Amino acid sequence: MKRQLLKIKAYASIANNRVSLNDGIVFSEEKNDLSAFLKQAYKSLDTNYSKFFKMDALSKLGFLAADIILKSTQKEPDLERNTALVFSNSASSLDTDRKHQKSIQDKDNYFPSPAVFVYTLPNICLGEISIKHKLYSENSFFIFNHINTGYLFDYANNLILSNKADEVLCGWVNCDGEDYEAFVYLVSTEGTIPHTKEEILKLYNIK
Amino acid sequence: MNNTYLSYNNIVSSLGFDSPTVIEKIRNGESGLKLVADTSIFPTPFCSSLINTERLENKFANLGNIEEYTRLEQMLIISLEATLKASKIKLTDRVGLIISTTKGNIDTLDPSHPMPEERAYLGTLGHIVKSYFGFKTEPIVLSNACVSGLLAISVAKRFIAQGTFDHVFIVGGDVVTPFILSGFNSFQALSPQPCKPYCKQRSGINIGEVAASVLVTKEKENLAPEAVAILGEGTCNDANHISGPSRTGEGLYRSIGSAFKEAGVSAVDIDYISAHGTATIFNDEMEAITLNRLQLEKTPLNSLKGYFGHTLGASGLLETIVGMHSLYNNTLYSTLGFSELGVSQPINVITKSTPKKLAIFLKTASGFGGCNTAAVFKKVTP
Repeated sequence: MKRQLLKIKAYASIANNRVSLNDGIVFSEEKNDLSAFLKQAYKSLDTNYSKFFKMDALSKLGFLAADIILKSTQKEPDLERNTALVFSNSASSLDTDRKHQKSIQDKDNYFPSPAVFVYTLPNICLGEISIKHKLYSENSFFIFNHINTGYLFDYANNLILSNKADEVLCGWVNCDGEDYEAFVYLVSTEGTIPHTKEEILKLYNIK
Repeated sequence: MNNTYLSYNNIVSSLGFDSPTVIEKIRNGESGLKLVADTSIFPTPFCSSLINTERLENKFANLGNIEEYTRLEQMLIISLEATLKASKIKLTDRVGLIISTTKGNIDTLDPSHPMPEERAYLGTLGHIVKSYFGFKTEPIVLSNACVSGLLAISVAKRFIAQGTFDHVFIVGGDVVTPFILSGFNSFQALSPQPCKPYCKQRSGINIGEVAASVLVTKEKENLAPEAVAILGEGTCNDANHISGPSRTGEGLYRSIGSAFKEAGVSAVDIDYISAHGTATIFNDEMEAITLNRLQLEKTPLNSLKGYFGHTLGASGLLETIVGMHSLYNNTLYSTLGFSELGVSQPINVITKSTPKKLAIFLKTASGFGGCNTAAVFKKVTP
């Protein structure tokens, strides 16, 4: 059964001014606000994607976390990957929603920016990752009050078992004011870590 | 392979508070779109399909205290209550709840709103619906732009296939807010007139509001007469642009391909297409190109945006429910507002309600972030 074979091939996190890939820290920078930290991380991690600077903080977080995993697991540079993206969080796009709301508050003098409005959708983050990595694959964005390893586990399993995806990049990417965290992991038929609810939670908690 | 079914359903909209009433009005070509001059919502008059507040609150007064629930929560609860009641399903740990919404209670971010700003958290919305009905499982809130409503059906099917649930209730909804109107207006996408999908004279989209709900179940017993089986579905990204559709329709093309593959059908098997049809040039053109790439250009097609406007996180669910009734009634419903083809490639737009023997339909949706979803549904009883 394919079911028993599913593994976590790689995982990454961004939290507490640290970026980690698997069990190693790949970037850290103390005493910085989120925006400056993400900019430094972008440079340090050789991200090489100028559109990064147009993104809102949620997209930047999800994009960076996804980028380091996808780069580290890429076999051939031009080979199309069927990697589904399944992200979740608790604050949706509220960080940017508040900005848009503020700009429309004054009815006599309001000029909302399309560049802000487009990021009032949490799944835009998935679109950004898809564009950079040429992923024409499954996209879903869920909102839970806390990371729901049970639902993520079942959903990722189904995508692979039903042949809708070869691999699934799953995770929790949240941004709410100065509170932020990103934790993503790649579910695959390859790898050494068993894909179980307990293992997902364990990896999430050590970030 | 076991089938999954879409069964009992409800629509709460400007055209009525139950599916048969709404369907009858669609059959008669009646639109819920009206010119709204309300500067508290938008500085200039706009075209929208709004649910009458007095009617909504009167209806909700039988279910709860109107002071304690937002407009959206009232809509969702009214809709889901009807579907739950009709299904007679007991809420156990085998019954899931999915809420599909693009912006949820986003209106509570406005400082003048009587409810606290914290109500805008979508997880809170999920828990309000869960608690009202007493669901035993954690609510799943899906917010995937304009494909949310259709993707919610795929998600329900996938959780059932995976053994997480035996039944899933989906309720989708969004409200018309200054937040959304100003955003779409900043893209210069709003039409000041009733929208005209695929039409040469089209000038953009309208935003509307509905709540819709459906039961997704693995049990073939006790289905609603209009029930359909979900044969296949798929959601693929354009990987092209965050706020505009791919010119080649790559994501939609692949989504339909994925749905067809799982369903074991091809273009010739599709009797009818319930398309997205927002009435923006880029969307309509992309769909026409995609359908031609798939040899679906002769298949009868409609967009229902001329009846309700674009209802965001509910649209795909609403339009699937109308599709179920279309099959049940063996009737193709017209694309309201359409008169002359305004896309570069041929498509077969339905221009008037037409009786036709129907068995299988394709539903599609596309949205910001480059997401696209397609699903194939088949009538259960011939």
